[in-house]
Amino acid sequence: MNQNILELKNLSVNYGEHTVLDSINFTVTSHSFISIVGPNGAGKSTLIKVLLGLTEFSSGSVLIFGNKPGKVDSSLISYVPQIKTMDRNFPAIAIELVISGVQQRWPWALHGDARTKAENALQLVGAKQIANRAIADLSGGELQRVCIARSIAKYPKLIIMDEPAAGIDAVGESDLYKLLEDYQSKSDATILMITHDWHIANHHSDFVLVLNRKQISYGPPVESLKEENMRRAFGHIGHDHTLKSF
Amino acid sequence: MLELLSLPFMQRALIGGVLVGFLASYYGVFVVQRGLSFLGSGLAHAAFGGVALGLLLDSEPLWIAVPFTIIVAIGITWVKNKTKLGSDTTIGIFFSVSMALGIVFLFMRKQYSVDAFTYLFGSILSVSYTDILFTSFVVIITIAFFPLWKRWAYSSFDRELAQADRVPVLFDDYVLSVLIAVTVVVSIKLVGIVLIAAFLVIPAATARLLSKSFSRMTVVSIIIGTLSAIVGLWASYLLDVPSGAAIILLQACTFFISMIFSSAK
Ligand SMILES: Nc1ncnc2c1ncn2[C@@H]1O[C@H](COP(=O)(O)OP(=O)(O)OP(=O)(O)O)[C@@H](O)[C@H]1O
Ligand SMILES: [Mg+2]
Repeated sequence: MNQNILELKNLSVNYGEHTVLDSINFTVTSHSFISIVGPNGAGKSTLIKVLLGLTEFSSGSVLIFGNKPGKVDSSLISYVPQIKTMDRNFPAIAIELVISGVQQRWPWALHGDARTKAENALQLVGAKQIANRAIADLSGGELQRVCIARSIAKYPKLIIMDEPAAGIDAVGESDLYKLLEDYQSKSDATILMITHDWHIANHHSDFVLVLNRKQISYGPPVESLKEENMRRAFGHIGHDHTLKSF
Repeated sequence: MLELLSLPFMQRALIGGVLVGFLASYYGVFVVQRGLSFLGSGLAHAAFGGVALGLLLDSEPLWIAVPFTIIVAIGITWVKNKTKLGSDTTIGIFFSVSMALGIVFLFMRKQYSVDAFTYLFGSILSVSYTDILFTSFVVIITIAFFPLWKRWAYSSFDRELAQADRVPVLFDDYVLSVLIAVTVVVSIKLVGIVLIAAFLVIPAATARLLSKSFSRMTVVSIIIGTLSAIVGLWASYLLDVPSGAAIILLQACTFFISMIFSSAK
């Protein structure tokens, strides 16, 4: 049996003449927590868009649950985009947002099995009391919780997140990782997360992918986040105090 | 009111009004949430090109304006998805080309175009049985396609999330733009080219003020769209003003009342 959730071989992505990702190779097994770090423009979002079937790749191969991206049963995968890209003006209440994750369609009515699943997920993330609030009226942290509820409500096997902590305060952020770890301990789900925070990557992940157009390193945090790797990925890092902890 | 209903032209106007009021207010919710208000006016001006060509060829303008406007809608969607131009730029180009063509066609006709006035401002006298049959057909298609609401709503909220959940967003863009184009054309005779963009947008924008969820917004928009068409046509007859103007002024009143009402909450 194939235990690999993800298999990337020599993945490259070009936009015209511009190579955004160059020969990416790594494999992800089930029940692991993977962080992707790299500077702005490194191709992190592009990588997860390839996995989700949103962006075409130029060469190499990608298998996700043994299938090509875009050909996978989408109920296996949850995607949490960057919160700041979300349309807060869309008329929706929190629970509708969660139900849309379960049904993979926008809900017309709020009843049935999907609602029960959505309520359970909101309960799990401690957001049941805001279920009927308009998404426009939620704080950043509240919306983040709702989005996490949305991502776990359908019991996916893989959760892909693009900078889930952006715009969240420190307490909200530590809650977020606790929620994700709780979900992981109850399921054998794999979590793939883009982060700008090396501490978080170091602390929470089983494997870290350091990326800057090319794959700088992939491995357990202590190895992957070594100073020479970070120097190669970020150029000079003298101003960044986070390095001191490694 | 009853006496009014016994007039055959008024019966046709009212039936036509309910049908186009339903169509415009239903598709209007997608127009508003997707920020496509300008598409409404772009397609209305494209329809003007089609209508003028129909008048020039002395055929039923509807049969020319429908394919003409559909082609323009597909063209706008295609250019928008192929290039990095904003949709306003794309629409602006198509908009002025079709308008210019329309002016050339009307000019070539070389006779006084009294009917052109009807198409510009709308008239309760203008709705034919053919119009009603064709509009009913569009309404039936719309109802048959109602299950697509869940997809369209999802991609209106977030295109990327919808795409990640296997919604064929590009295909849906084309389907929606064609249906909006047809809605614009069938609304022309009652509403008039000049006011169609407002006819698409105001009921949905009003509903947006009054709704916390998109499904509710859809229902409220349809109620406002159909009711305002009926009352507007009635007012148009009583006050002897063009029907399009009467309907839009009425819708604008509901909008402003809702604004006061919703900000008072
Ligand atoms: N649709 C596109 N067309 C052309 N270039 C693109 C496109 N999308 C992304 N790029 C380019 O690809 C590169 C990688 O972008 P990407 O968004 O993946 O970076 P990122 O690592 O997520 O950066 P950030 O930390 O700022 O989010 C950038 O140089 C960007 O300009
Ligand atoms: Mg990014």
